[in-house]
Amino acid sequence: MKKIIAVIALLGTMCVNAQSDKYVQAMKANLAKFDSVKSTADYQALAATFERIGDAEKTQWLPYYYAGLALTTAGWLDQNMDKDANAEKVKSVCTKAEAIEKNAEILTIRNMAATQQMMVDPQSRWMSYGQEASGYLQKGMQIDPNNPRLYYLQAMSVFGTPEQFGGGKSKAKPIFEKAVSLFKTENPKPLYPHWGQKEAEAKLAECQ
Amino acid sequence: MKKYSLLLLVTFALIEINAQVTISGKVKDNKGKPVAGASVSLKDTYDGTVTDSTGHYIFTASEKGDFIFLVSNIGYKSFEQKVTVDSKSISIDAVIKEELSELKAVTVISGSFAAGDTKRAATVLTSLDVATVGGGNADITSAVRTLPGAQQIGEREGLFVRGGTGTETKQFIDGTLVNNPYFSNATDLGSRGRFSPFLFKGTVFSTGGYSALYGQALSSALILESIDLPERSAANLSVSPIILGGGFQDLSKDKKASWGVNYNYVNLVAYFNIVKQTPDYFTMPVFHSGDANFRIKTKNGIIKYYTTFSKSDMGLRRPDIDSLDLKDAFGLKNVNWYNNISWRENLGNRWKMNIGAGYSTNTDDINQQLQDQNNKQQFVSDKPWLQAKNFTLKNRQDLSQVKAVFEKRLFGISAIRFGGEYMYSVNDNNYNDTAKSKLIDNFQSLFAETDIYVTNDLAAKIGGRFEHSSILEKANFAPRISLAYKVGNGAQVSAAYGVFYQKPENQQLIYTKRLGYTKAIHYILTYQKTTNDRIFRTEVFYKKYYDLVKTNAITFNYATYNNGGSGYAKGIEFFWRDKKSIKNFDYWISYSYLDTKREFLNYPEQLFPDFAATHTASVVTKRFFMDIKTGFNLTYSYATGRPYYNFMYNGTGNKYVIADQGKTKDYHSVGFSMNYVPSIGKQNARLFWVLVASVTNVLGNNIVYGYNYSYNGMNKMPINPPAKRFYFIGVFFSWGVDRTEDAINNNL
Repeated sequence: MKKIIAVIALLGTMCVNAQSDKYVQAMKANLAKFDSVKSTADYQALAATFERIGDAEKTQWLPYYYAGLALTTAGWLDQNMDKDANAEKVKSVCTKAEAIEKNAEILTIRNMAATQQMMVDPQSRWMSYGQEASGYLQKGMQIDPNNPRLYYLQAMSVFGTPEQFGGGKSKAKPIFEKAVSLFKTENPKPLYPHWGQKEAEAKLAECQ
Repeated sequence: MKKYSLLLLVTFALIEINAQVTISGKVKDNKGKPVAGASVSLKDTYDGTVTDSTGHYIFTASEKGDFIFLVSNIGYKSFEQKVTVDSKSISIDAVIKEELSELKAVTVISGSFAAGDTKRAATVLTSLDVATVGGGNADITSAVRTLPGAQQIGEREGLFVRGGTGTETKQFIDGTLVNNPYFSNATDLGSRGRFSPFLFKGTVFSTGGYSALYGQALSSALILESIDLPERSAANLSVSPIILGGGFQDLSKDKKASWGVNYNYVNLVAYFNIVKQTPDYFTMPVFHSGDANFRIKTKNGIIKYYTTFSKSDMGLRRPDIDSLDLKDAFGLKNVNWYNNISWRENLGNRWKMNIGAGYSTNTDDINQQLQDQNNKQQFVSDKPWLQAKNFTLKNRQDLSQVKAVFEKRLFGISAIRFGGEYMYSVNDNNYNDTAKSKLIDNFQSLFAETDIYVTNDLAAKIGGRFEHSSILEKANFAPRISLAYKVGNGAQVSAAYGVFYQKPENQQLIYTKRLGYTKAIHYILTYQKTTNDRIFRTEVFYKKYYDLVKTNAITFNYATYNNGGSGYAKGIEFFWRDKKSIKNFDYWISYSYLDTKREFLNYPEQLFPDFAATHTASVVTKRFFMDIKTGFNLTYSYATGRPYYNFMYNGTGNKYVIADQGKTKDYHSVGFSMNYVPSIGKQNARLFWVLVASVTNVLGNNIVYGYNYSYNGMNKMPINPPAKRFYFIGVFFSWGVDRTEDAINNNL
């Protein structure tokens, strides 16, 4: 009897392991694709893959997060894409992610989508999407005051704002410095986001 | 046993690898167009892909069994189908149906220019655009005059739209009618609006075919929506040789309520001493105006109250047209008090409510005298047409009103809206203390309209309006229909039809109440193509007038009225706005062609009216130079000459005849303004200030709006602006209390 229980228990753990193993393998394989994909269509396909993983797993927010990251990455690279439609998709995966867990990482994705929408027509969209974007960062900093990506994104926004509008290199520099120092102490769990350090360091160098 | 099971496991694994099943097919939408980028998957597995640009997809399933095949895409209803995956390839073609969505759905724009709300595609002008139209002096009406459909009329108040008079355009704030939207002024001088463009977040300028929610305007409606809560608490100060003003806005800490007060003092003494005016002002224009507001957020809505009070005094002398040595002295005192309260609430269960109430009172106290060269009043009892220029007129207009609109969302995004309004208006007229009259009208209306979305590409708005006026003792029913069809990305064709009624003016009802509604029918066809930074729009229209009020002469200065007039207007208009082609440069071009004739008032037959021009065009340009933090705005307006007439009473048969007629020269006007904004972009600046300088008619063209005739028709004098140019310079300060920047800094 004891043996049977042990076997069942063993089988059970094996199943769980197998399950999470499958998840981890799939995540790793697809995360690796971030380095190779180039076209907007590729990023959209990658996002769709992550979304499928998220839909199948039901309890993991990371797949949705990476779906959002793939779409916003495409949003930065493709100047001809319909940013409003892309942002709509990003927001839908962020909503799915936040149904599982609300955190600062998802807010960085929301920030990027809103920033991309703002940049379609900064003059007339500054008031709406610009405020929305900075609102996500502020909310994120309340949840996770030591998240380096929040500061990196904030610094990027200041960096990209003309000096006459209160932006520029000198204003962005201290925020990049803060981001870089936080990146150095960051110790992400496996599969957790850890992008941004290289970019922040490169931008900080530009500010010198 | 152990060996067997191992073998079994390996075999199974091998089979699984060898026999991967491909699933492929095509995804189309309900119109048969391929859908690219749709997500295709086996539900609750990792397997799937996205469709390519031709709608095709192919992927391999790594698991076997019964699954749900799922196709999903943003803006579409998902497609699901049961599928069994074994060893054979599977082919599934799916059709996904587009969901109705407010963002994508076409909105009916026929006849209306929406301005303000920057998220809507139909937006044409924002409040800032209105304030920075060169030569417009931050007057809403002046800015709207640069849009197609509006005439370049400078000598009378109001918006003259598509062959309609100024009184055929009505203004509405938060749904309710504004009775006296313009400051009172002397004849032939025109007038600016009472309301600042910054009070409003949205402006819709309808040049015809407007919604059944509004009525009593034969030609056009200017629909203004006031701002909700301000972004922050702020104090402001305006300093200029003409205006001195100050105010305060307070936003509560929880950002759920605000209140504010403002006061402005306008005195033209100094200005008129420097810039000579043609009329001789014996009382320099002085205006006091104050306003106050509060706004309170409710559970799912907002209550807003706005009030403005103003008092003005002015007096001017002009040479009398009927004599060589006499002058007309015109004195005007005006008191105006306007109140508007509105409550907008989302009631839940797909119900919305909009309630508005208003009270306004306006008193014009006019004292007109015939004076000699020493400014002494002259009485000429043997010449009644001269003696008639000695009079006093006191006119008071009160309007109390309530209006309620309810909206229920039906299936999808279709909705039905209905409601009613009640207006109680009193017009108290006292001429020379001898002819006194009081007109009281109880006006009621009931209206309903429905928005029907057949698909995202096809929408219809069908409405009707029932009105009853106690003073006319008549009712009317006005149907309105409009349709919009999307013909491509950002492009739509729309059409509108509507019947519009308007009460005769009070000045006519004083003489006789045996009048009925005047009536117009509009037919409008519009094409509009919008991208983020560009708008192209063209509209053709036909408007037919019925039952216009006609003057029935009895003596040279006494007449009664009937509904014997008629007319039509037709034309084509173009609008192009481009913010993209040249960096930091924004411009728009409007052109209107108008063919109109009408018989009304003392027009003996159908004539091209003296307030309409055949061709009208405007070019508005704006450029902001970031390095000097200064914006320059230049506007050029053009209109072909307008006809003018001298209608004389022929003494018999109650008729007028055309004693003289002609056409004015073409109208050209260049307006310029600049604004220096040193604090631009300093987000945490406590002080924000703007220096504004502007001049109208830069080139100093001699503008002739028309001609006035003497009683005998022998003397004709041009109607010109009171001065060639109007100059303005002023500084506007705002001290804000904004905490957002602190919040960010504290986190660093």
